[in-house]
Amino acid sequence: MPTTFRFRVRLAPPLLLLAFATLCATAVSTAASAQAVLRWGGDAEGGAPFVEADPANPAIVRGFDVEIAEMIARGLGREPRFVQVAWASIPQSAERGDFEIGLSGVEDRPELRARHALTIPYFEFQEVLAVRPADRGRYRTLADLAGRRVATLGGTLAYELLLAEKARTGLVPVSYDDDVHPYTDLVAGRVDAVLLDDVIAARALRRTGGFVIQPTSIAASHYVGVMASGNTALRDSVNEILRARMRDGSLEKTFRAWGVWSDAQAGYFRRATADTTAAKAAPAVAGTGRAPETARRPGLAMYLPALLRAAGITLVLSCLAMALAVALGIAVAAGRVYGPPVVRGALAVYVEVIRGTPVLLQLFVLYYGLSGVVRLPAFAAAVLGLGLNYAAYESEIYRAALQAIARPQLEAARTLGLTEFQILRLVRGPQALRLALAPMTNDFVALLKDSSLVSVITVVELTKQTAIYATNAGSWVVPGIVCSLIYLAFSLPLSRAARMLERRWSAA
Amino acid sequence: MSAALSIRGLTVSHGARQVLRGVDLEVAPGEIVALMGVSGAGKSTALRCVAALQAFDAGSVDAAGFALRPGPVPRESALRELRGRVGMVFQAHSLFEHLTALQNVTLAPLHALRWAPSRAESVAMELLGMLGVAGRAGAYPRQLSGGEAQRVAIARALAPDPALLLMDEPTSALDPARRGALGDALRALAAQGRGLLISTHDVDFARAHADRVAVLSEGVMVECGAAAEVLARPTHPATRELLRGSAD
Repeated sequence: MPTTFRFRVRLAPPLLLLAFATLCATAVSTAASAQAVLRWGGDAEGGAPFVEADPANPAIVRGFDVEIAEMIARGLGREPRFVQVAWASIPQSAERGDFEIGLSGVEDRPELRARHALTIPYFEFQEVLAVRPADRGRYRTLADLAGRRVATLGGTLAYELLLAEKARTGLVPVSYDDDVHPYTDLVAGRVDAVLLDDVIAARALRRTGGFVIQPTSIAASHYVGVMASGNTALRDSVNEILRARMRDGSLEKTFRAWGVWSDAQAGYFRRATADTTAAKAAPAVAGTGRAPETARRPGLAMYLPALLRAAGITLVLSCLAMALAVALGIAVAAGRVYGPPVVRGALAVYVEVIRGTPVLLQLFVLYYGLSGVVRLPAFAAAVLGLGLNYAAYESEIYRAALQAIARPQLEAARTLGLTEFQILRLVRGPQALRLALAPMTNDFVALLKDSSLVSVITVVELTKQTAIYATNAGSWVVPGIVCSLIYLAFSLPLSRAARMLERRWSAA
Repeated sequence: MSAALSIRGLTVSHGARQVLRGVDLEVAPGEIVALMGVSGAGKSTALRCVAALQAFDAGSVDAAGFALRPGPVPRESALRELRGRVGMVFQAHSLFEHLTALQNVTLAPLHALRWAPSRAESVAMELLGMLGVAGRAGAYPRQLSGGEAQRVAIARALAPDPALLLMDEPTSALDPARRGALGDALRALAAQGRGLLISTHDVDFARAHADRVAVLSEGVMVECGAAAEVLARPTHPATRELLRGSAD
């Protein structure tokens, strides 16, 4: 089994190559053979066994979803053509016509069914708990995990189950942007359990190990293909093809080849081929779990409390990170202006390294890379990561401002008998601060927006919560507007206050 | 009584160029000395050496009893005594823009001399009153006229009660009426026993208010004597050039 993984954050270079190759291939072929091609969307970052880039040739994808796409295309008398798309965007990408069918471990969920044309389920998976071996006897169900931290992918059925459980027992859901780090954090002790699809859990066990998968299924659900809501003709054809491939054993062969076949799967196939109405009805959620809260059509009223909570997190996070950035930035600037050459050199390296590398990378290194040395809680890592990053930018603002103070001002202060530190504190610093105010305000607004990046280290802030809302609502219109309004509500008064302060100072 | 300022053989080079070449100068307590010369003659450099803002290469400076030697400028911590005894008023006043007139004057007493706020404030108000700007105590520098700012800057330099006051081109921002007022104020300061060394190329001001005049030309002291004498009967071409410039 290849060791790639289902991973939604753009990191792997072969995938970029793949995306580029796909883009080129699409551009070249679209005009020539539009009729004969079935464009299907998936996320190669998801990896095996769903869709993965072939390590030997990243322009080629493989996985059970790839084989199913091939079966469907063949059944339609067309040529399959892969389109790379981020997993969370597959349904909306299908709706806007980027491809005809999305297949990449897309979960069958009621709100999805309400907005798009879905195929009959082609695979039944179980939501299973992974725990550390020592907790095998303690944490068997979600109820056992009251008050504990349980990790999963954001915007999934599992996440909805955890949210429902949070309201009931105080379990703490921890949302990740990928399905690798929930398991590494489980082993590292950052979370107490992981709830995810059995396919993903089994893969993580092979890859990292160090935990056990509880045998009891928390809930069952299915993978489906997703199409634009108007595309019912294609859906019906695809459903026929899928049923035929269930009957003739091709699907079973594929699932066996990828090591995901089970008796439960055989049972599901029997039911699905016997009862054709199963194609239309949303499959019931089985197991000990209950139907997730979002079985209702998700509206703004339902999401507003969560959005406001996330907005609070964004605000507190940004303020703390900015406070850290300002304090550290002042220290770095003072060190670069007043320090001995060794200190100046070291600080210059810090500033250039931080400014020359992506903040996303810095967050990853801080949270995951250093977890062997220091295991920071996610929120602390987010404050520290953004704070350290912005400190580099703040320090450059302060350094420029300090150097902009005219020499006679400093000499006048010296002839008055003030020490260097008093001059910095009483004369140079306060004047520099006035010069730095406008660029600082800009930076704070930028930080407010950059704080959305910390969702990669499991902090659910405003943008992440909005994405979850948008995914469930199947539209970015209302969530996008509400989210923008909240960001503006933070940034506009701030800019206003800064302008007022500037006016007061310039009047003085 | 010893001199308020005694300069011997002061020599300063900027690279290959000699800015001051063996300058000797004395200022007695209660005396106003005008240090004159065209731009670039070395007036400001001489003042900056006395205020320990600039290193010199040879000679010695005794500023109100504090000896400065050739070589790099000492650390500020080694200059505490000098700072208390020598005040300086910069060209274009250099008031701290973020502080009020009163705060500019109380800054040194509060933080360098660690006086109680009440004492610092009463001394500052007294100085501002003496210079006729007590009514502007709450104003910020940019709200002051050139003359007001100049007098606040003098009050600021006087707050630590220095024995020697250095002033760099104090009349450059003042109209003739203000120059007369400034001259009277300086005379009052000298009457308190302070030595005043004032760099200027304002011949009329020097003639009206200085006791003695020292003329610098290309880093050399070319003439020095009673103001009335030197400015009435100049012996050196540089002095004559100064006088011509003032007549234009």
